[in-house]
Amino acid sequence: MNNVEIDITALSCPIPAETEHERITLGYGEGGYLTRKFIRERLLPRFDNPTLRQLGDAAILNIDSRRIVFTTDCYTVTPLFFPGGDIGKLAIFGTVNDLAVSGAIPRWLSLSLVIEEGLAWKTLDRVLDSIQAAAASACVMIVTGDTKVVPRGAVDQLFITTSGIGELEATAPPGPELLRDGDVLIASGPIGCHGASILCAREHLEFDPIPTSDCADVTAPLVALQRAGVAPRAIRDATRGGIAAILQEWAESSRRSCVIEETLIPLNAEVRSLCELLGLDPLHLANEGTFVLATAPELVEQTMEILHQHAVSSRATVIGKITPRRVAPVMVVRGIGREVVLDEPIGAPLPRIC
Amino acid sequence: MKFMDEYRQPALIQRNLAELRQAITRRWVIMDVCGGQTHSLLRHGLEAALEDVLELVHGPGCPVCVTPAEAIDAAAELARRPNVIVASFGDMLRVPGQRGSLLQARAEGAKIRIVYSPMDAVELAASQPDQQVVFFGVGFETTVPATALALLHARQRGLTNFSLLVSHVRVEPAMRAVMQSAETRVQGFLAAGHVCTVTGYENYHSFVAEFSVPVVVTGFEPLDLINGLFECVQSLEQGQPRLSNQYERSVSPTGNLHAQRLMEQVYEIVDTPWRGFGRIAGGGLAIRPEFCEFDARVRFQLADAVCSSDVDCRSKEVMLGVIKPPECPLFGNQCTPETPVGAPMVSSEGACSAYYRYSRSNELTS
Repeated sequence: MNNVEIDITALSCPIPAETEHERITLGYGEGGYLTRKFIRERLLPRFDNPTLRQLGDAAILNIDSRRIVFTTDCYTVTPLFFPGGDIGKLAIFGTVNDLAVSGAIPRWLSLSLVIEEGLAWKTLDRVLDSIQAAAASACVMIVTGDTKVVPRGAVDQLFITTSGIGELEATAPPGPELLRDGDVLIASGPIGCHGASILCAREHLEFDPIPTSDCADVTAPLVALQRAGVAPRAIRDATRGGIAAILQEWAESSRRSCVIEETLIPLNAEVRSLCELLGLDPLHLANEGTFVLATAPELVEQTMEILHQHAVSSRATVIGKITPRRVAPVMVVRGIGREVVLDEPIGAPLPRIC
Repeated sequence: MKFMDEYRQPALIQRNLAELRQAITRRWVIMDVCGGQTHSLLRHGLEAALEDVLELVHGPGCPVCVTPAEAIDAAAELARRPNVIVASFGDMLRVPGQRGSLLQARAEGAKIRIVYSPMDAVELAASQPDQQVVFFGVGFETTVPATALALLHARQRGLTNFSLLVSHVRVEPAMRAVMQSAETRVQGFLAAGHVCTVTGYENYHSFVAEFSVPVVVTGFEPLDLINGLFECVQSLEQGQPRLSNQYERSVSPTGNLHAQRLMEQVYEIVDTPWRGFGRIAGGGLAIRPEFCEFDARVRFQLADAVCSSDVDCRSKEVMLGVIKPPECPLFGNQCTPETPVGAPMVSSEGACSAYYRYSRSNELTS
């Protein structure tokens, strides 16, 4: 009888094994061995710190400050990766920025993942790497979290929730109720980049160059402003709804108007092209690393000097001012010098037909 | 930005605006036909800059607005059927039919996709052979060649799962309807620049002769609009109604012949209901019988578009230029962009919606 060499791998059932190796399955969210394996192999090595290492039901934090700032946000984005960022980076910087614009230094985050079964490990690892890098650069610790894996179709690939705690640096910004006539409005950089980037990535619009998201941590310039004693009267990161939504809110809470000048608004050429072509207003598009602040006129010079020292706000520009009430909450001075009402976005911006 | 900044230069705009004001001796009533022009006139504050000397009225030139509610309902109904996907331009999604908008239908599970070109819908059909893909073909002559081309491509590729739900409309018959209305006050027209890019403007010679009104082919940037108005005013002041082209960088007398051939190959001219306006003779296009297999109305045995009973609002008078949007009693209270009653409020390009957004005194005064 001839010796027949048997290929052992050929006897195994390659399909389920491959699937198990390459894609996440429901078992990883069931709390048993696979969940612990997931935490041990994928989360702890990336986010390791003494608090997380305890793997308790809740994190115990040693907080010096008597006033803490607490926020939460959930992140869903299609596609998961886009020029300038991804859902992981977004989930860290988004929550960090919410703390930073509230006058806090971001310290601790929770990280909850809702994962669709069948998501490639490769994809998940890429997101986790991005979370690790973003958390490290923002000097925040991930101290608690949760993971669920849900059946196919229950979520779109991956949803992330992060909650964040920050310590108040000095005092919280007074807030938009206290805005005064003559206060100056400043945008920290070119607007609408994130919204434009997501739109292009999602709809496969082939612009060249393609708009890149501004996804970034804005803590540094805001802490610097506080430490220099030039705290703004109000600060907000201009996420969904864009600059327009924030100005609308500020005008309503202060019972004044925000008047901005179109020609002053910083705008990248590719975002402008996209908006002109699709009939969108960059003031309505989302930002993820661009904030708006209002400050007293006498502090503008010093504020701008500090903002320009930080990469994330190096293109900060004065865009307008707070005025007594006009016919509408927000007015734009268009090119020909007339004030025109700025409309509020109703829902998601939808491109025009012609 | 090339071809844009040149037409938005504040100093030049101010100078030409001053010249225009000087040329006016009477408060002429001039209608812009295209929603894009309405939007631009209000967005840049040009209408406000001229309101003391000139009456600008805004015609029925928003194709999204005038799409019959019944067509939207038909699209939603198709998208609810198993194995049917409706693809549409984005701005059609918010427009309410009689039974809600496509956005609402999508939330209820109807399969509706936003595309940026009808060709994307053809690709969608090619990639999903087990699904019927219906493209909701809306728009003036600007978008018609693209849907015609999509149909021809689908045929060439042997796709049996692509069809068009057509609600295309034509500009010139609408202008004719305005002039034939007993109530009309319109004395001159800015013709729609983008439509003329496709159709050319030679067909307006007979219009000018028949109604003795000037027609000026006009673009969309502030300087385009001022120059278009200037030419129209001059023609009126001289008592010599004429046809002229102020949008030469885009429009030639004969237009885009290739695009016209595509249109003629696929479509035939028909009488069509316009939302808020009524039936317009020769106001629309239908797929020719030889292409009926690509006509969603034939494939899915849908009834022809009807003219749904008009609501109480005065949208027809708005679109005829008889009244301004705020003169309608529903404007701003029962009828807003969020809860539109009349056609010109349903899309951002409609006259009522543009007025609401740019000219209102709103909640701060409350």
